[in-house]
Amino acid sequence: MSASEPTIPAAERRWAWRPYALALPALVLLLAVIGYPLLTIVARSLSEPEWGLQNYIWFFSVPINLTVLQRTFVISTWVTLVCVVSAYPYAYLMTAVGPRVRLVLLLCVLIPFWVSGVVRTLSWVILLQDSGVINSVLRSLGLGGVRLIRTQTGVVIGMAQVLLPFMILPLYSVMKGIDLRLMRAAQSLGARPFRAFFTIYLPLSLPGVYAGAIIVFILALGFYITPALLGGPRSTMLSTLVQTQVLSLLQWGRGGAMGVVLLVTTFVLLALAAPVMRSKYREAGRH
Amino acid sequence: MNPGQDSRGNPGQDSRGAAIDLRSISKAYGSFKALDGVSLHIKAGEFMTLLGPSGSGKTTTLNVVAGFTEASSGALEVGGKSVVGVPAHKRNIGVVFQHYALFPHMTVSRNVAYPLALRGVAGAERERRVRQALDMVKMADFGHRFPSELSGGQQQRVALARAIVFDPPLLLMDEPLGALDKKLREWLQLEIKRIHRELGTTFVYVTHDQEEALVLSDRIAVFNRGRIEQIGTGRELYDEPATLFVGKFIGDSTVLRGAAAISGGETAIEIAGQKVATAKRLANGGSPVMLLRPEKLTLARRGADGDGRNRLTGRIGEAIYLGSGSKYEVDLADGSKAIVRSTLEADNFAIGDEVEVLFAGADVKLLADDDKADLTLT
Repeated sequence: MSASEPTIPAAERRWAWRPYALALPALVLLLAVIGYPLLTIVARSLSEPEWGLQNYIWFFSVPINLTVLQRTFVISTWVTLVCVVSAYPYAYLMTAVGPRVRLVLLLCVLIPFWVSGVVRTLSWVILLQDSGVINSVLRSLGLGGVRLIRTQTGVVIGMAQVLLPFMILPLYSVMKGIDLRLMRAAQSLGARPFRAFFTIYLPLSLPGVYAGAIIVFILALGFYITPALLGGPRSTMLSTLVQTQVLSLLQWGRGGAMGVVLLVTTFVLLALAAPVMRSKYREAGRH
Repeated sequence: MNPGQDSRGNPGQDSRGAAIDLRSISKAYGSFKALDGVSLHIKAGEFMTLLGPSGSGKTTTLNVVAGFTEASSGALEVGGKSVVGVPAHKRNIGVVFQHYALFPHMTVSRNVAYPLALRGVAGAERERRVRQALDMVKMADFGHRFPSELSGGQQQRVALARAIVFDPPLLLMDEPLGALDKKLREWLQLEIKRIHRELGTTFVYVTHDQEEALVLSDRIAVFNRGRIEQIGTGRELYDEPATLFVGKFIGDSTVLRGAAAISGGETAIEIAGQKVATAKRLANGGSPVMLLRPEKLTLARRGADGDGRNRLTGRIGEAIYLGSGSKYEVDLADGSKAIVRSTLEADNFAIGDEVEVLFAGADVKLLADDDKADLTLT
């Protein structure tokens, strides 16, 4: 700009890229295990058995594919809703208790991570099946049995349990930053606690809700094991169809096309949701 | 629902403040007594400051009045009505917090409109009153900003506007200027004084800064260890402190301890072998404490004429030039320190100078030593 502006010596400029080198190992890994396979899938969906759009035309012309695609989004939405509703009070409790109880609550969230997903899903089979724990209890209470296994409800319950930590943790990290003294201020201005919650606390916690909801929703879209074990033919999700195409029918092209459709649809939904989720305010300076 | 709701239709008229009456308020947390029998009457429209060190109970008192904390025992009336058991959101009391407590997801205008929205004030009337409140704190041009875009002083002015926009008969302020720098603090003190004059609302102000208390208040209640030590105007507290704590907390002071020697009608105190005459008389002996204000002390060279005043010998330990005069710390023979303020150009003492501290017996305040309430003054 002006002559007096300090210039960066050439030697220093030459090394300015060095901080970026820190990200190099992760970048290489991402390119190798996500970038390359993704490109392969896209390429095979367009080239097998021959070059062209036949796999996509097939996908959109077979009604069952569209039904399953729609169902995948419906189930994921339900799972997200169940997670929001059950994680919200839990995350709030984590901000309200002392450090020791908080640690216990945090461990309760994290312990399921240390158990294999298959094992957890099998325990849900034991709980949910027609002769399982839940139905035995209901019957002994004279309430009659409920069909849970191989239904969408069963799938939603099982998936929500697996995905709950992904909702609780972002919610907690946002909630612990909310200044609870704001609630006191709201009350002094005339807001009953109920009103103070809905006008102050809830809006301030929404970034956490959005963050958790996106993670849960996207993870739910690609779920395979839980719907496969807990679900029946009427609750098949897209990942199961992909598995059938690729492993049973060896139709790599069709399986790839399904994956690409799921990916593109997810991106479109995210793009639509982005303006809503963009925070309308900057975080207040916390005292 | 709100006790002061009927007053909201006539802003800017006569004295709309509420009197507050605290009677024997106590608050215990387990075995710790945060408040121990606090009684305080605050007149309608008065500016009352609760002054004391941290943990003295001043903020707890404020929280009890606001309804954030329920007292363990005692009676509390605001505007002649008992508010014991009334939740905070029904008390219709404005509160300004040290940490501003503006809602970060709302603009300045929406923050100030919040209490009005809760009271069903809408449309043009709401807009008018928001503008009026922001005008009063000189923040009218900032209505569209978010709190994070304002400086600390601006945020606190908005918080003040939000606390007065619904015309509460009582405004509580909990160290509102504590987080601001000195210049800004001094300017906002004058602003708060002006707003108090214009509104006629009762203000209760909590601070640990005695200078701030002197600048702002009609009267000051000095808190110590959950009790009120003294209630009075700034002048009363400075000139006639009731306890040693008040004397030391308000203004600079020299504190001297010695044995009382009563002879005839006179009471003299013996300090390091020197007899000091006082105007007060002690009914019994004991060990009283003498309190002297810096401007009542005079420094002289050794052997100078004392005009029959009391004299104590010492050595200058610290000399501070203040512009309008000088402040000296004198190390006295008995090991205590005297603080002397001098406005005279001529008196120029250097560290290490041997001096005499001169003072009249009438300027000596005789007080009971803290925790030794056996002294009877007549």
